[in-house]
Amino acid sequence: MSARPENGARPLSAAAAQRLRPAAACVTDTLGLTSIALARLMPMYLWLGRDGLIRGAGPTLAKILAGPDLSGRDFFAIFQVRRPRGISGMAGLSRHAGARLQLRLRDGPRTGFRGLAVPVAGQGGMLINLSFGIAVGQGVRVHALTNADFAPTDLAVELLYLTEAKALVMEELNDLNRRLETARRDAETEALTDTLTGLVNRRGFDQELEALIRQGGPFGLMHLDLDYFKQVNDTLGHAAGDHVLGAAGQRLRGEMRSIDMIARVGGDEFVLLLPGIDRAERLSAIAERVIARLSQPIDYAGAPCRISASVGITRSSAYDAPVAARMLADADAALYASKHAGRGRWTLWHDPGKGPPRSG
Amino acid sequence: MHGLVNRSIQSFLRDTYGPALWHAVARSAGLGFDSFEPMLIYDDALTEAVLGAAAHHLDRPRDSVLEDLGTYLVSHPHLEPLRRLLRFGGVDFLDFLNSLDDLPGRSHMAVPDLDLPQLELIEEGGDHFTLICCGGPKGFGHVMVGILRAMADDYGALAMLDHNGCERGCERIQVHLLDHAFAQGRHFDLAAGSTGS
Repeated sequence: MSARPENGARPLSAAAAQRLRPAAACVTDTLGLTSIALARLMPMYLWLGRDGLIRGAGPTLAKILAGPDLSGRDFFAIFQVRRPRGISGMAGLSRHAGARLQLRLRDGPRTGFRGLAVPVAGQGGMLINLSFGIAVGQGVRVHALTNADFAPTDLAVELLYLTEAKALVMEELNDLNRRLETARRDAETEALTDTLTGLVNRRGFDQELEALIRQGGPFGLMHLDLDYFKQVNDTLGHAAGDHVLGAAGQRLRGEMRSIDMIARVGGDEFVLLLPGIDRAERLSAIAERVIARLSQPIDYAGAPCRISASVGITRSSAYDAPVAARMLADADAALYASKHAGRGRWTLWHDPGKGPPRSG
Repeated sequence: MHGLVNRSIQSFLRDTYGPALWHAVARSAGLGFDSFEPMLIYDDALTEAVLGAAAHHLDRPRDSVLEDLGTYLVSHPHLEPLRRLLRFGGVDFLDFLNSLDDLPGRSHMAVPDLDLPQLELIEEGGDHFTLICCGGPKGFGHVMVGILRAMADDYGALAMLDHNGCERGCERIQVHLLDHAFAQGRHFDLAAGSTGS
């Protein structure tokens, strides 16, 4: 083969000549190759005559084009040259000799190829070598190719290997990420939950209160302390105390809406957040209901445990700009007033400038 | 040791001998957890502890447990993806043997922090070869014997394999390739997910 135009060959364009200029003097020597050697070197080669008809093809390409005898078929009828644009005959192909080509089968699976065309000495024809490029996986699948269809120097098989290996590694990493995410969520839930009652703990409550204040809607806040709990603990033991706390938590849950938050923030202390409720009448009615429910005896191993509850209430509308610490302190002060007034009672915190206190 | 290696040992014990055996091994080895994460790195001592505990519970020599591990890696359906990756190594068993030098490099391409022992195949003339494994954990050669035995089956080749001991940190495996096309090998589609062809 030679880069020099010979009898009947089209002259190369300047750009093509530049691309094909020899790196060493000997490269311009014409090389005699049998078609068997050529097929082994480049199993996806095509030899085109000056008329654009196929004169020879590598075995892999023959397999892809589903015909051992491709001779005489028109290259441009089988392949579309997509890049560079505008190549529809041998003149165009010759102009782009030595340049990277992108081609596609016109029919069937429309497999894409990457290609390189060089002139063939003495005939005016061209030799094209094709490869799948990065779409090799699809090409191999669609055309049912095997390892033996590629030259040993071709990295196509390595590319397939790598694609598959990377997919497996990614899958493992995704699995790991999923497990870590589940563990993170569990840890977070655990960190925000009181394990004895299953209610939210102090941290979870603080987050929720801050969130409610940020949202700016009305809400009520109750601080609740169990009465006579210490006696249960002292007379029946800690197991009974734990049982009573669990039962109290369940009863609270049963009296509240699902959007309300019930938190256990101390030994026998609970705080309740009631989004959307800030009217004194409704809050005091809920407090009375809760106190009544908690005052019903709780059975422990056949023994009735009698407790009650004292409640301090405040609400967002009592403040120009509600602050979590201030609201908690006020609810606590109201709770203290309930305890002081004889337990089993509720007290609504009031701003001394805004009317008389209410309690019940 | 890379989690992939530890996880392979875990899967081998669990799939072959059942979850109860694996849990017993994990307890004896003092892992403190139930399952290795394939993508994390663990202290080498844990791997040793697991292998020691496995040999003890199974009442079998450590070397034969390792060889079974190698066979499992290639032949168990759960590890079909690994068999595929190995089959990329060559078109037949001889080609595969000749590609073993590349195996650490290939695994490195996929998992950069997975260091496999260096492998070198020496042609002894005729159908005889020696595979030398250097720098791996003790007994890796036995795993390789299991892998090669199963890969010979996979390619349909008939080969005799022998572990020839350890010399200066390098284990030697004798390979006698009797027939490279002894039987119909298992099918291998170059493209993943192909449905036979």
